[in-house]
Amino acid sequence: MSFDNHIATLKYAFPKTIPILAGFMFLGISYGIYMNSLGFGPAYAILMSIFIFAGSMEFVAGSLLLGPFSPLSAFFLTLMINARHLFYGIAMLDKFKGSGRKKPYLIYGMCDESFVINSTTDVPSYINKGWFMFYVTFLNQIYWVGGTTLGSLFSSAISFNTDGLEFVMVALFVVIFLDQWMKERYHVSSVIGITASVLCLVLFGPDNFIIPAMILILLALSSIKKILEKREVIS
Amino acid sequence: MSVTQQILIIVVVVAGTMITRFLPFLIFSRDKETPQYIKYLGYVLPPAVFGLLVVYALRNVSFTSFESFLPELLAVGLIVILHYWKKNMLISIAGGTLCYMILIQFVF
Repeated sequence: MSFDNHIATLKYAFPKTIPILAGFMFLGISYGIYMNSLGFGPAYAILMSIFIFAGSMEFVAGSLLLGPFSPLSAFFLTLMINARHLFYGIAMLDKFKGSGRKKPYLIYGMCDESFVINSTTDVPSYINKGWFMFYVTFLNQIYWVGGTTLGSLFSSAISFNTDGLEFVMVALFVVIFLDQWMKERYHVSSVIGITASVLCLVLFGPDNFIIPAMILILLALSSIKKILEKREVIS
Repeated sequence: MSVTQQILIIVVVVAGTMITRFLPFLIFSRDKETPQYIKYLGYVLPPAVFGLLVVYALRNVSFTSFESFLPELLAVGLIVILHYWKKNMLISIAGGTLCYMILIQFVF
């Protein structure tokens, strides 16, 4: 791909990531400040943002570092908190095909937000899909690591009232859901996703509902496979 | 915890995270044809996952009193209206976020 093509792809990818820029700068700075408040130097926050690159898990990891040394429980806690990535992988199996050497990075950097953009964007034919997904993932990681760096280095200097800015992530997910809703012919899967999650949230509480919700979604979608195929909802 | 122990915990967290991201791709490698059932899941899962993410993002909203979830309710409502009206992602996200910030900083 030529230099001009890279610029064109970057120009197409950047606007899609602007909400993430806002959200990750804010959350990243918060994470830097949080780690600083726990007594960890900037190197911890920055390296963890680069290598873990999973927002909520990084906050949890910060508190794990202050507790008793227990790698096994840290491992299983990580698997549970990040289990939703398994669904992202299954959904992206086909989309990542043919992305060549970029594929390991696309998988490594697949946070919630990169998954959401990469799975919903219909890239026009003049843009290379693999490179588009690469730039989305890479930009998002730059925002996150950049925010973390700023937060851990300049935590005392930030003074304007940012209360509520974290809502930008909620807004992003709501908009993605609405976009999907407006474009789909049948709302079965969307309705299953919301219903199963709300049900499990009520039953299991905010800290434990994701895995039961995932299992319930899997069961529900599997049980209606035959019906959906008969009605030709899926090709 | 010593620094070595801290590094070990971080390595374990990185490994756990990467397992959840890489596992589907390792199981269903490109050499073999992806099973029909997994293809079906890959097709129908995203809308359900977006629903899960909305609930996940709002999981800590408290429903103890009407005021405790009113800012979220109004902001999400505004996002829905903006999005059906303008169909522009940035307007909807910026509008909803600003509305939420104003509500929790000045109203509630």
